[in-house]
Amino acid sequence: MTGPRVGVYVCHCGTNIAGVVDVAAVRDWALERLGPHGVVVARDYPFMCSSLGQELIEKDIAELGLDRVVVAACSPHMHERTFRGACGRAGLNPYLCELVSIREQVSWVHTDRDAATRKAEAVVAGGVLRVREQVPLEPLRVPIAPATLVIGGGIAGISAALELADAGYPVHLVERQPSIGGHMAQFDKTFPTLDCAACILTPRMVDAGMHPNITLHTWSEVVDVSGHVGAFSVRILHRPRYVDTDLCTGCGICEEKCPAKVVDPVFESGIGYRKGIYRPFPQAVPKYPVLDPEHCIYFERGTCRACEKLCPTGAIDFEQQPEEVTVEVGNIVLATGFEPFDARRVEAYGYGRYPNVFTSLEFERMSNAAGPTGGRIVLRDGQTEPRSVAIVHCVGSRDRNFNPYCSAICCMQSLKVAHLVREHTEATVYELYIDMRTPGKGFDEFYQRVQDEGTHLIRGRVAEITDVLRLPDEAGEDGRLIVQVEDTLAGRQRRIPVDMVVLSVGLEPPSDAREMARRLGITCSSDGWVIERHPKLDPVATMTDGVFAAGCALGPRDIPSSVANGAAAAARILGRISQGELALEPIRASVDEARCSGCRICNDLCPFGAISFERGRGTEVDPALCQGCGVCIAACPAGAISGTGFSDAQILAQIEGLLFPGTIHPEAGLDAVVAGSATTPEPEAVPA
Amino acid sequence: MTSGDRTEHRPDAFLAEVRAATPAASRIETCIQCGTCGGSCPSAADMDHTPRAIFAMVRAGLRDEVLASDTPWMCVACYLCAVRCPQEIHIPDVMYAIKSIASRSGRVPDAVAVDFSRLFVGNIRRYGRSYEVGLAARYYLRHHPLRLPGIAPMGIGMVTKGRLGFIPHRIEGLDGLRAILARAAAIEAADRAAVPA
Amino acid sequence: MSAYLFYPGCSLSGSAKAYAGSLAAILDPLGIELREIEDWNCCGASEYLTLSPLGGHALVARNLALAQRQGDGTRTLVAPCSLCYVNLAKTDRYARDDPGLGARLNDALGAGGLTYEPGSIAVRHLLEILVDDVGLEAIAAHVRRPLRGLRVVPYLGCLVTRPDLDRRWTHHERPRVFDSLLAALGAEVVDFPLRTACCGGHMTQISPDTGFTLIRRLVDAASRLGADLMATVCPMCQMNIDAYQAEMNRHFGSHYHMPILFFTQLIGLAFGSPPEALGIGTEIVSARAALGRIGIEVPAPAEPEAAAAPARRAKKPAGLPMPSLGDEDDR
Repeated sequence: MTGPRVGVYVCHCGTNIAGVVDVAAVRDWALERLGPHGVVVARDYPFMCSSLGQELIEKDIAELGLDRVVVAACSPHMHERTFRGACGRAGLNPYLCELVSIREQVSWVHTDRDAATRKAEAVVAGGVLRVREQVPLEPLRVPIAPATLVIGGGIAGISAALELADAGYPVHLVERQPSIGGHMAQFDKTFPTLDCAACILTPRMVDAGMHPNITLHTWSEVVDVSGHVGAFSVRILHRPRYVDTDLCTGCGICEEKCPAKVVDPVFESGIGYRKGIYRPFPQAVPKYPVLDPEHCIYFERGTCRACEKLCPTGAIDFEQQPEEVTVEVGNIVLATGFEPFDARRVEAYGYGRYPNVFTSLEFERMSNAAGPTGGRIVLRDGQTEPRSVAIVHCVGSRDRNFNPYCSAICCMQSLKVAHLVREHTEATVYELYIDMRTPGKGFDEFYQRVQDEGTHLIRGRVAEITDVLRLPDEAGEDGRLIVQVEDTLAGRQRRIPVDMVVLSVGLEPPSDAREMARRLGITCSSDGWVIERHPKLDPVATMTDGVFAAGCALGPRDIPSSVANGAAAAARILGRISQGELALEPIRASVDEARCSGCRICNDLCPFGAISFERGRGTEVDPALCQGCGVCIAACPAGAISGTGFSDAQILAQIEGLLFPGTIHPEAGLDAVVAGSATTPEPEAVPA
Repeated sequence: MTSGDRTEHRPDAFLAEVRAATPAASRIETCIQCGTCGGSCPSAADMDHTPRAIFAMVRAGLRDEVLASDTPWMCVACYLCAVRCPQEIHIPDVMYAIKSIASRSGRVPDAVAVDFSRLFVGNIRRYGRSYEVGLAARYYLRHHPLRLPGIAPMGIGMVTKGRLGFIPHRIEGLDGLRAILARAAAIEAADRAAVPA
Repeated sequence: MSAYLFYPGCSLSGSAKAYAGSLAAILDPLGIELREIEDWNCCGASEYLTLSPLGGHALVARNLALAQRQGDGTRTLVAPCSLCYVNLAKTDRYARDDPGLGARLNDALGAGGLTYEPGSIAVRHLLEILVDDVGLEAIAAHVRRPLRGLRVVPYLGCLVTRPDLDRRWTHHERPRVFDSLLAALGAEVVDFPLRTACCGGHMTQISPDTGFTLIRRLVDAASRLGADLMATVCPMCQMNIDAYQAEMNRHFGSHYHMPILFFTQLIGLAFGSPPEALGIGTEIVSARAALGRIGIEVPAPAEPEAAAAPARRAKKPAGLPMPSLGDEDDR
């Protein structure tokens, strides 16, 4: 026989497939009915993906001269690479191997044995007819530029940047706030060790700021990303600081003398103030202040200019313009972190109405010795120490009315707040929770410690915070906050008067998360967190080659996890940089110039921006950007685009196989069988 | 009458009964026992079990205890629990379902509450509309005769200001209404019979 | 003229007669025409559902079926009573979400020669019609006698914004739309923390301790905030706070005097109607003194009033800055 010689391998996958599909029958059917189409051997085996299973294929290629392989097993997502690897080792081009799913698409979704077996046969037939049309392909190789872009200067971004920079490669670290540090810089102590956040963070911030390989772009935004893995071109906008950083020495006189004082909603979480020209905190990196034109007397009225007059080096520049720079990088790490849930959305808790209801971030600033109260825990009047404090869990989390997910860190943070209150004051502390989630190292021990300290742990989700009296005997509690909750362990509703309430707010993605994802060509979940390539086995890569993510951008997690994510992303990138080039899947679209009418429908449809059109040059697909999704192929009205690995001939052949006589006719239902002719018609000739 | 010392026999039977009696999806099985309902309820302080406890008891199959509880009868159906519940459970609807099971089984904690409902419903069957004077008269005379003197000034005030109608209004389509209600009752009985015992 | 189907509910011809009368007085200026459902039946309040959930919904469904059949060129059904409104809205919503329930209801309706297609009637509360369809600007434009100086509590009650199965409300506990409506009449609106706290419903009958406690907390809060009277949209709330206030006072040994009127009565007053035409004077806890203070009816107080608690003025914030609520959404 001069046609292709096809081997068919039917996997049992234990009982996953064999429990529903009669694998022996499929094997026999393949050999008998698909023999005329090139099948020379058909085998079945309990676990094809095992080394023994793979060896079966390799042996047959060597001994039987197979030049096509069809494996009927799980989804290509799982093991396409495995079987292609086996073929490659045996000397057969990997792209002449096709994996068809009779697990996810047959045995896992049907219960009728007969119907499932018939369907499996159809699926195998599809694979065999398709693989006959397949041609050997070579992967694309793209060079990897050694520079990396890290978006977000929090602990995750800093960790990734330092790993890459220490390995000797350049990093561009972009941060939208005036200083790197992220939310961790706002915290007082970190759980469970009670390390001072600034003490452990600032050395790394200084490292990043001084590292010869790291270029900091603070007070900046990424505005555009184009290109593909190995060669991204990124436009970064530097917002005007109105300070010339070449001249500024960071002495701080401008900030000290500035007469404009305004509430700082960012770093001080709204309970402290800053000046019109300011550094967000004393250990800011870089040390250069930033002038806020919306709260600057000069910009408002044209007067003052105190900073300019007093600056010893003349570094103030009111005429400074925004500046755009373009950098070329090989890989990108997205580390944009989180935003706290807006507690005003929970009407029942009175945040924003009752002065003495605070959020956990406001509390962090209060407890911080460098914060607006100098580390004193006080009520909103700025003076009175509370005699009792209630800490409320799960604000905006685990709640279908707001965010259904658990924010992972708030139980530990709440316990930490309880401890800090007891450290700073004599107050009675109530902690109100649904569950206590303390899975990490040292976490449950910390919970024990907080219990030993005498915190009143009440299992109940707070129903409301109110100051309205219900009964005459409450008259003595006039004006106090009352926490109304069911103590579920005692089995009754309690109304507990307290002076102060701290709401442990959950984590949410940054408000422009989807915008940023679109810019990078990646996707977010319905909650807005970045979707990783595989939630278990590939937690820092995304579905777009060259774009990685680290830290809370992926979802709520604590500091050690964010650091680990940053290092993991850096490690992946270092691997690619050291190899110098990346092999990309050759499944790509290509345009037949002769048929292309220049309508450009494909240009706008391509989700990866891989198609361009130029008069005179025609339509071009950038093979490195193309991810082989097939949208352009389907959309082209002239049928001018086809995909290597997904040609019209291959797809039509697969469809013919699915309609193979004697199997299942998809339209007529499970009972009907295809009443087709004994031979399948030739597929339509399509230009390559 | 607890099952604490015996191995449970079909603890999910009562849950199935309550779910079948709730017209829309109740979602009781998603309850995480957070206590928001018990914390929000304006009458929780006067209930023998909080709403959350009742759900735990329903899921544990403690039918007798639940039907003997005054909790569903103290529910004012203000839906505060329902809008705050993180699992979006239709709590007041479950309370109605439990009350209907209790009243039918004759196991109510206190005959007074169910009697109020029965008198009200009796008026609807008789007239198609509610009849406040008739309801109040029957109810107070039967159950709270001692409250009558205290109520009297209010009652007289309502009469003199024309806010109490002495003559009940009877709707035209009363036969049709009765037929509808009878058919609904039959359908409900059939639904109950279909729940495996 | 906008026309709507109308479901008055049983209390509007009895205990809430003033609601009916004052509503009738303001329809013309508001450009609203209400077409009563012919031969409607009681919605069952909470009593029918207590004995039989399916029966209770079938009882309500008869009204929806009649409304659909009557049509009258509109598919919006307006209910002035919050409990009637919830019963009608819930029945339609559940029948839409659960085809099994819809089928059962139509089975029952069939026995009475009726049928109802779930979703064909849009059920709305009277308050929503006024604020959404008529609009606050139009209402303000008709005000002839602003209620300036009258401190009014916007008591919405629990069933306007809850259960909100159609998700029309953002704030289920503290909406400000009723505040805005009363402000449009020129009144001074009290920032009332218990806008949607339950009045107790039928608890005055089932468990007086609970019932009176719930009434008391509302009246107490209103008094402490220096309110002249409370405004309401629901006959049950009005009845509880008005008719049972004396018994509540006896129960607690208190001496509250907090009048409560229907919001349509206040709209009518602001539009210039005479109080008698609006049923003012039929309330048990007299509003005469409160209204007299702003020049409506006899100025001299008719009954000894409890000394009004001094109004709590908002403290000027000092110390740490407060977050602003900054929320434009009234609903």
